[in-house]
Amino acid sequence: MSNHDLILSVPAPARPWRERLGSAMPLLVLGPSLVASFVYVFVFTGWTLYISISNSSLLPTYGLVGLDNYASLWANRRWNIAYNNLFLFSGFYIVGSMAVGLLLAILIDQRVRGEAAWRTIFLYPLAVSFIVTGTVWSWLYNPVDGIQAMVRGFGWTSFSFALASDRHYAIYAVIITGVWQASGFAMALFLAGLRSVDQDLVKAAQIDGASTFRIYRKVLLPTIAPIFLAVAVIQIQFAIKTFDLVAALTKGGPGISTTFPAIYVYDLMFQRGQIGEGAAAAIMMLAALAVVLVPYSFWVVWRRRKEAGHG
Amino acid sequence: MADATLDQSLDHRAATVAARRHFLTRLVIYGLLVVFAAIYLIPLLVVVLNSFRDQQEIARNGLISLPRSFRLDAWGQAWSTYCIGGTCEGMQRNFYNSLKMTIPATIISTAVGAMNGYILSKWRFRGSEALFTCMLLGVFIPGQISLMPWAFILGNLGLSNSVYGLVLIHVIQGISFTTLFCRNYYVSIPDDLIKAARIDGAGFWRIFRKIILPLSSPILIVTVIWQFTGIWNEYLFGVVFTSGQQQPITAALVALTASGTNVRAYDVMSAAVLIGALPPLLIYLFGGKYFVRGLTQGAIK
Amino acid sequence: MSTLTIRSLRKNFGAVEVLKGIDLEAQNGEFIALVGPSGCGKSTLLAMIAGLESVTSGEIRIDGRLVNSVAPKDRDIAMVFQSYALYPTMTVRENITFGMESRRVPKPQQDEAVKRVAAFLQIEPLLGRKPGQLSGGQRQRVAMGRALVRDPKLFLFDEPLSNLDAKLRVDMRTEIKKLHHRVGKTTVYVTHDQVEAMTLASRIAVMHQGEVQQFDEPATIYNRPANMFVAGFMGSPAMNFLPAELSEEGGRPAVALQTADGKTASLPIVQALPSDTPRQLILGIRPEHIYRFDPDLARRKPGIAQIDAVVELVEPTGAETMAVLRLSGKEITGRFDPDGTPGMGETVTLGIDMARACLFDPTTQRLI
Repeated sequence: MSNHDLILSVPAPARPWRERLGSAMPLLVLGPSLVASFVYVFVFTGWTLYISISNSSLLPTYGLVGLDNYASLWANRRWNIAYNNLFLFSGFYIVGSMAVGLLLAILIDQRVRGEAAWRTIFLYPLAVSFIVTGTVWSWLYNPVDGIQAMVRGFGWTSFSFALASDRHYAIYAVIITGVWQASGFAMALFLAGLRSVDQDLVKAAQIDGASTFRIYRKVLLPTIAPIFLAVAVIQIQFAIKTFDLVAALTKGGPGISTTFPAIYVYDLMFQRGQIGEGAAAAIMMLAALAVVLVPYSFWVVWRRRKEAGHG
Repeated sequence: MADATLDQSLDHRAATVAARRHFLTRLVIYGLLVVFAAIYLIPLLVVVLNSFRDQQEIARNGLISLPRSFRLDAWGQAWSTYCIGGTCEGMQRNFYNSLKMTIPATIISTAVGAMNGYILSKWRFRGSEALFTCMLLGVFIPGQISLMPWAFILGNLGLSNSVYGLVLIHVIQGISFTTLFCRNYYVSIPDDLIKAARIDGAGFWRIFRKIILPLSSPILIVTVIWQFTGIWNEYLFGVVFTSGQQQPITAALVALTASGTNVRAYDVMSAAVLIGALPPLLIYLFGGKYFVRGLTQGAIK
Repeated sequence: MSTLTIRSLRKNFGAVEVLKGIDLEAQNGEFIALVGPSGCGKSTLLAMIAGLESVTSGEIRIDGRLVNSVAPKDRDIAMVFQSYALYPTMTVRENITFGMESRRVPKPQQDEAVKRVAAFLQIEPLLGRKPGQLSGGQRQRVAMGRALVRDPKLFLFDEPLSNLDAKLRVDMRTEIKKLHHRVGKTTVYVTHDQVEAMTLASRIAVMHQGEVQQFDEPATIYNRPANMFVAGFMGSPAMNFLPAELSEEGGRPAVALQTADGKTASLPIVQALPSDTPRQLILGIRPEHIYRFDPDLARRKPGIAQIDAVVELVEPTGAETMAVLRLSGKEITGRFDPDGTPGMGETVTLGIDMARACLFDPTTQRLI
């Protein structure tokens, strides 16, 4: 009975125009946003989908070529590397930032002094763009001027740290930088979650003689399980859309080792004039996102139903 | 009596052991925090220091070393004289571009989101939940999907290579986020307040102005910070739809750092990076506390 | 003069029928309580009277005027909410004047009204404060002030006392009663607390599953409940229900019950029975009509039946003592004087006041 349909009153035959305007006001105000969102979500996606099965090259054209663009996309080694990189990066990035974020949240949760200062330090990368982060870390990774140079300067002349310039490991340089940027955000959400747990639960566990470790593992972390999922979903979106980080950090290199779908789409559309295939690549990005988000949204709906059933 | 003494000394020993263990755990906790803090702060520190160092000195001693020179030139160059792609005006124009793009886009998308959230939480109608879900999908659409349609629309509106085009994009894209944030926050405002106000004779706008808006500051802070940092830091649309003098600062930064001659001008680049990072950093430093609080109240549920 | 008339009012939320044809009326100055368990539809009914919920079918009239699709603000009503719904960002004064400002009442008149109401409710010192700085009782009072200032035709209360602690609730209950007495406005009051309904209302509508089970004066509801639901809902501890069989005792109708020692006891029926009374009955007795048998009292007062039962549990509350007894294979509650309380395990001879007993038809659950 929580669903109060406030504006639906039985229409009376003769109501003054002011009142009728009043009851239509919510829809009038909401209307433009609804139209814009509808266009943005459905028309744009449909449009790109259409381009992806057309023979567009430099400019969009509308001769249909079926799945040719997708076939040529998947036949390309660079695209395959990009798609693999996406999954590799997403996996490590999400797990890594959540693990570091959780560790930091638990550390801060131990009633440490200067909590606000620690939180600020770990969270500030959130305010900085991937461009800035990528640029600065590319300097740090630079063997001539960065970390390697510093350690060699201390006297350890055989020290080698050239993560970003090695085609086998460059992807990990991207991952580390991503985790550095995102773990503070995870920390903030986890910490807020830990703080929202009913303290009586913790007291009860302490009286039951549970160690701090067990209290976290058995009581606190299971209670904030939904936050894990929320953090993961947010991070997945960042991971899939990430264009800026790679663009600033490695530009897809060395060679093509850190190419990502986001970069690939940009290249196809605006550097090589293969709009059709670019659109196909964009659709594949959406597909990768859907693989994760569709089950998640079903889960959210299911949980809401369950809660509504209980409430 | 003897038992009692024994008991006491045992108790005393247990207390010492516990105290030592407590001390060790504290040591580990603070140790880890310090290590992580160093990892988080060093990149920032490096950039800040290098923006004041002499270019030759950086070349000699590497990026990460204690400064042995102090100059302010790099900041001035980065701001007004450094050459990016043929024009030698520094980043100032791009900085203003970013402001011209970010401020209106933030204000408009936040205002629209607040209205939408108000309607979708307090003036529900049949199907409003479904409409809300559709709007939410916008949060998940990757920017790459909309590149071609935007190119077409901006071209037809005569907004290509213009800051106003970017404003339009960011407003439309941002509506999903701002609506989600505001709606989730407004849901927690009791419906009884709205009912009481309706009985008191207040209508749609008066309820929003007098009751909802005065309660909104936590979520408006979150939304403004989220939108401002997000739009300021955005790169993809900036680099695709603008060029040269019209580019926002992120795109200019990439162009600047890529325009490498033999000797990399780390001092100027550092200053440029900081100029590009400063507005969202300041916003975050002043509002970060409210941001986290509000985010967990509103957005994540 | 202000009256409220509701005729065959229905409300559906989608496929769910929340109200299934409600008929109610309130005379001028009457205090009507809508009482029932949660989910019975009482709050929805109140919201429909206020105009906050739409009407599916039927009609609502205030002073004879059909208000089905009149906006809440134009119905000339005032409402006090369970959560008080005080505007948190406004001072008490602003809360009280908000409605008048919406209606563009001139400023001097507003001040006059605030002064009058504040004096009436003794909340003058609170006028400059925000709701967050008030105690529960003070908030309650401000909420009433906001309603009073409007001088409406109809007062609506939606469980206004359920957020208060027990002591304060009793105090505020008294205050609402005094208020109604002084103001004399027609009032509809929703509550799930049957004591509130009994103490405040001039008539009570007991609701269950979207229907009015009984609409009558408190004494009638209590003494002659229309069905087993009403009987069980009103009164605490609840009325005892015992399955019994219709029999005869000395040529007069009686009900037969199993006693503790396995024998059958007959309790004479005082009331006249209709001819179609079923053989199987439910005997309903309120706890206060079960006492320790007293031969003197039985001689003076006709209709007191005598029966043995075993005491299973004793719960003293101070003023009186509840005893859980086993009778006819069921647990029943009796209300005893603390001085004459039986011990646990003891077999006592009970006197049951059959003149006050109710008989129900087990199939229709209705009062016979």
